[in-house]
Amino acid sequence: MAKELWKGNEAVAEAAIRAGCRYFFGYPITPQNEIPEYFARHMPEHDGVFVQAESEVAAVNMAYGASGCGARVMTSSSSPGISLKQEGISYIAGAELPVVIVNMMRGGPGLGSIAPAQADYFQATRGGGNGDYRTVVLAPATIQEMTDLTQEAFEIADLYRIPVLILADGMIGQMMEAVEWKKPKPRKLPKKDWATSGTKNARTHNIINSLFIDPKDCTEHNKKLQEKHDLIAQNEIQYEEYRTDDAEVLFVAYGTTARICQAAVLKLREAGVKAGVFRPISLWPYPEQALYACANRAGVKAVVCAEMSMGQMIDDVKISLAGSKPVSFFGTGGGTFPTPVELMQAAQSALKGV
Amino acid sequence: MAIVYQRSKGLTDVEQHFCPGCTHGVVHKLVAEVLEELDIIGSTIGVASVGCSAFAYNYFACDMQQAAHGRAPAVATGIKRVHPDCAVFTYQGDGDLAAIGTAEIVHAAMRGEKITAIFVNNAIYGMTGGQMAPTTLLGQKATTAPQGRNKEQHGSPIRMAEMLATLDGCAYAERVMVADPASIVKAKRAIKKAFTLQLAGAGFTIVELLSTCPTNWGLTPVEATHWLKENLVPCFPLGVFADRAEQKEEVR
Repeated sequence: MAKELWKGNEAVAEAAIRAGCRYFFGYPITPQNEIPEYFARHMPEHDGVFVQAESEVAAVNMAYGASGCGARVMTSSSSPGISLKQEGISYIAGAELPVVIVNMMRGGPGLGSIAPAQADYFQATRGGGNGDYRTVVLAPATIQEMTDLTQEAFEIADLYRIPVLILADGMIGQMMEAVEWKKPKPRKLPKKDWATSGTKNARTHNIINSLFIDPKDCTEHNKKLQEKHDLIAQNEIQYEEYRTDDAEVLFVAYGTTARICQAAVLKLREAGVKAGVFRPISLWPYPEQALYACANRAGVKAVVCAEMSMGQMIDDVKISLAGSKPVSFFGTGGGTFPTPVELMQAAQSALKGV
Repeated sequence: MAIVYQRSKGLTDVEQHFCPGCTHGVVHKLVAEVLEELDIIGSTIGVASVGCSAFAYNYFACDMQQAAHGRAPAVATGIKRVHPDCAVFTYQGDGDLAAIGTAEIVHAAMRGEKITAIFVNNAIYGMTGGQMAPTTLLGQKATTAPQGRNKEQHGSPIRMAEMLATLDGCAYAERVMVADPASIVKAKRAIKKAFTLQLAGAGFTIVELLSTCPTNWGLTPVEATHWLKENLVPCFPLGVFADRAEQKEEVR
């Protein structure tokens, strides 16, 4: 199929529609406004529903209600708005509902800036709301990958009954790139016989709920969720390696930063330094074993974690490497991004340090 | 032998947790009977909220969702948009609907969301143990207003039915009480009208029910019904505040 030029925010919305999402609930916030705008224009063509909610809080709860009816549903926002959705995401996780949530990250904390950032890693991967829960977190580096991952996200959400977060940034949301529309690998999905659709007087009532007032029941519920998380950790890890085979210095980066690291790798190799990039695609579950294996190949002397934050994913890098390799960090926070030259220098100084 | 009265099919046989004399049980019964009489138990989806109403999902026989505190109208919006042919209702107390959930209820009404809000106003937070509600009367004591609610510190009680009635999307808003047999019959009529208008597509509908909380009011059940009539009703007058039954036709 021919490639088409797509803006990131519009592509993620179109990918959702192609995945069968017919319900979108959102609220304006920069830099993701083209997402609700795209749905507002195109949902009617698909007999779908777009509602502009009064707040991100309401939008995510509308998504809860629609998902509880068995529908494929999406909501989107950017960092401060995603903070407001955390209550709802906790309830969605607790009630085991499939919802896909997009975060086009911007600078923080607070109102921060409207420029691209990766400062919501902790919030996304540690569970930003209350209670023991996980969200699957997928971090695309290109618009092509975002369209693929978004369609896959709906499958993952339905398979495990879990919220799935597309964690991108304002750069990916705002830029345009070539996209070839592909279908996700088919999965055998369970019937949504738990959904509230009216009993039709043919069955006992279905209940969508995250309340387990007896602590013994709540403990059992938490164990059940943990078993599900373990299964996802076994099955849903995604990562990509770029020129790691002979690397002596290894960047670990995701999303936009990983692409800039690739440019730095080319510059380093021109200068005679063998560099590579390990790029986690699933941030939860995190590719711990794959990263350990990659960083502990014979040639690797130093590891540089690079982020558009002041250092968040580096915690997972250190957990994964368990002290086996020295890890240094290069980060830019608040809405600026690293240049290939800065990353090149970071890699060279990391090599000097070992 | 003819059966002249039985438990509504709209209720499950789960034992309810409400305190003796609490009128939540009465309101549950009225909603359930309306669902049964309209023959919509199988095509209704209810939304329970947070507070004494939390366990409503166990008590109503229709499909149910449990919502976060105050968010029931947003959850109901998501449900109704997926199932426009189902009846959708929220069951919320005064803390849920008139404090933490004011944005959600106002905007559901503004959108003319075709849902019915069953709003139980007993002028206090029941489940958490008697804290001041936005509907607590001036002078009424609560655990967070130990000297009684005073206007300078806390403002005056909020009248939700009147407030929501100002919105064009609100097809029906009525305040009733559940304090004696006659008022309970009227309350049921209001609930039935609200569901009927919802199903006709008229818009957002709300029935505010003045209810008792003997436990947190520190009164016996009988004293509580008297207190309701003597104190709540003067502040929260009964009546119909919005009736835009023909709204759907007007739009056309």
